[in-house]
Amino acid sequence: MNQEQNIEQQLWAYIDGISSNEERTSIQKMLQGNLEWKNKYHELLEVHQLMNSAELEQPSMRFTKNVMEEIAKLHIAPATKNYINKKIIWGIAGFFFTLIAVFLIYGLSQVEWTSATDSKPSIDLSRLSEVDYSKIFNNNFVNGFMMVNVLLGLVLLDRVLANKRKKFQKQA
Amino acid sequence: MSTGLGDNEIISRVLKGEQNAYAELVNRYQAYVFTLVLRMIKSREDAEEVAQDVFIKAYRSLADFRGESKFSTWLYTIANTTSITFLRKKKLDVHSLDNEKVFEAADSKDSGFRANLVEQKSRVNMVNEAIAMLSPDDAEIITLFYKAEQNLEEISRILRLETNTVKVRLHRARTRLKEKMEKNFSEEVKNIY
Repeated sequence: MNQEQNIEQQLWAYIDGISSNEERTSIQKMLQGNLEWKNKYHELLEVHQLMNSAELEQPSMRFTKNVMEEIAKLHIAPATKNYINKKIIWGIAGFFFTLIAVFLIYGLSQVEWTSATDSKPSIDLSRLSEVDYSKIFNNNFVNGFMMVNVLLGLVLLDRVLANKRKKFQKQA
Repeated sequence: MSTGLGDNEIISRVLKGEQNAYAELVNRYQAYVFTLVLRMIKSREDAEEVAQDVFIKAYRSLADFRGESKFSTWLYTIANTTSITFLRKKKLDVHSLDNEKVFEAADSKDSGFRANLVEQKSRVNMVNEAIAMLSPDDAEIITLFYKAEQNLEEISRILRLETNTVKVRLHRARTRLKEKMEKNFSEEVKNIY
């Protein structure tokens, strides 16, 4: 940034009243003793005043009438917070947190911590197809976990349906 | 006719079912919203339509206004997004902060008749003309700061930008406006300085 730009930036902040007390004092000193700063300040102040003097544009005379005619056909939409049930959001969040936590615990429980003598990882990706997945998805731990998830899903569905039922009852 | 009520009081009346009370809010902010939209869109006819759309959208979502910011800040956020959507639909270049073509186009459009009119223009007209030559981004930020009475924090909320970014953008916009005035209204600017 060149010096002129720097001066302008400081002076704009001063004119807008957003410079700190220290900056204000130092700018005031510069304005008293430095002609370049003084001239630039007056120039920017004029621009500032001109911009403040710019007039607002006026729309057509029928503007308000047009808007009111349009909104007469409409209803105010209910507030977002009223139709987004926080319990459902928390339920979904809980579901995913449980999913992550269980997989993490399960993964960590499979690691043989004592056998790691070499610090370099020795994973051979080409042998992934040799893994027996039936052992992973066939043990009690995973089955139990899937049951919990299904249960959580059913509870969630029940809540959604209960809310809808309440709404229908209110309308009736 | 002005009721003298605060914005929030009018809003609660509208939410309670007094639809006609909304007219007061429209009267109060129509010039601000129209100016903001016009300076972004540049066409009076389109701006009128978009500004009306802004008030209709604001009415529909009035229940979502939580009063955490000024009503005007919330309304200008709707004006900003509605104008940007309109410009995108029209395939105009709204992201033009560094696009010199916009300035060149504005220059060539206005320079033809500028010489004959310059003496007749008042200072106020000169500023309005100069703002009209700016890119939508520059014109919007200047309008929000000087005409819509929004501070830097409020502008950052409307434009969804950091306050420091708003500060830099405002500085750039003012520099460009000053250049426009010096280039296109040199005689008048000389008299001012």
